[in-house]
Amino acid sequence: MRTLVSAALLLATASAGAAELSVSVDIPRLNVAEYHRPYVAIWLEPEQGAPTTLAVWYDIKLRDSEGEKWLKDMRQWWRRDGRGLSMPVDGVSGATRAVGTHTVSFQSGQAPLGELAPGNYTLLVEAAREVGGREVLSIPFTWPVTGAFSESVTGDTELGGVRLDITP
Amino acid sequence: MKKPVATRLLPVALAMAGLALPLTAQAHRAWIVPAATALSSDNPWVTFDAAISNDIFHPDYHAMPLTHLTVTAPDGSAAEIQNAHTGKYRSTFDLNLTQRGTYKVSSAGSFVIAMWEENGERKRWRGDADGLKDAIPAGADNVRIIESARRLETYVTAGAPTLEVFTPTGKGLELVPVTHPNDLFAGEEATFQLLIDGEPAAAAEVEVIPGGMRYRNQQDEITASTDKQGRFSLTWPAAGMYWLSAELQDDKSSIPNASRRASYTGTFEVLPQ
Repeated sequence: MRTLVSAALLLATASAGAAELSVSVDIPRLNVAEYHRPYVAIWLEPEQGAPTTLAVWYDIKLRDSEGEKWLKDMRQWWRRDGRGLSMPVDGVSGATRAVGTHTVSFQSGQAPLGELAPGNYTLLVEAAREVGGREVLSIPFTWPVTGAFSESVTGDTELGGVRLDITP
Repeated sequence: MKKPVATRLLPVALAMAGLALPLTAQAHRAWIVPAATALSSDNPWVTFDAAISNDIFHPDYHAMPLTHLTVTAPDGSAAEIQNAHTGKYRSTFDLNLTQRGTYKVSSAGSFVIAMWEENGERKRWRGDADGLKDAIPAGADNVRIIESARRLETYVTAGAPTLEVFTPTGKGLELVPVTHPNDLFAGEEATFQLLIDGEPAAAAEVEVIPGGMRYRNQQDEITASTDKQGRFSLTWPAAGMYWLSAELQDDKSSIPNASRRASYTGTFEVLPQ
């Protein structure tokens, strides 16, 4: 699946040779009486400087942009970057995802990732669920990579596994 | 007849300023508490409670009159509250945040109190500074004059926090952010500056009390005093709503031979990490 998405992106952007950053997010099945798909934000924070939001999954189709009312519940993302953005953001905003593993890939030099300056970064994934909880996971990495980089973390409540793959 | 001063003053304070007068440690606490302080979407609403009580954010004593309430929008213009209602123990109102940025909800006022003895009898007058000279009769003894200013505020932000509403008016005790009041998080240190009549308020006493007092046995207050620049810092022990009160008393009133008393009270929301 990831390979397919990456290949499609590569064809679309025709930027062969650019590094690729791929994030896979597992949205767990929860045994709760009232289940709503979580809002999810995926972003990068450099050691110094402004964060970069890569993806925000929320209720983009509710009438009167009602779904934006709950973006603040992804509190860490809201503080770091969300509150300064004007939603929706092309190529960043997307619908909420169902239970399962979802992979999104980003090319260096292309929006929303852009050109990353060399340095230490943290990938953050935050999930907040209506009548549910909130969880933030992070994976540190150094940019650029010389070989393939892969790291995973596992959530306790709102997120399953989160995996970051970087190919130079 | 020999009631404590604060008790006798309280009804007057309520009627004139909409607030209890923080003259003594026993004074009731006034507060305006928003349901949320950090809002998303283009057109969010916030609902507020306003009351005067001993127990922070637990309305059980007196509703706060909304007559002196003003709202300043992020661009500095005045905004209107909606659905205002005053009940037995609390007032409620809504605010529609049509602009992005930080709004200030404020109730502020100032007055002068004069106390003297006339033929052995204690007299008291309250009014504005202009009326003072006609208030005290010739031959009054033991004249005491107090210039008093009080301010009650809270802040809410749509989108990213902004600073326009913190432009000082130069009147009374005012809070200026070093840390923005809508950018507070558990475990982090926040620093604020207090100004008195536009100048740094040194040595002001600050008391911070977490909400939810009703469900614990101690006040759990945090105290601080301001430095020469009028600054003070504190670390938020946990997420929640906090009531912050600062007071200053000195003899630097603009009125001759008067003492100056000023209070600032604010409600601050601290979010979890």
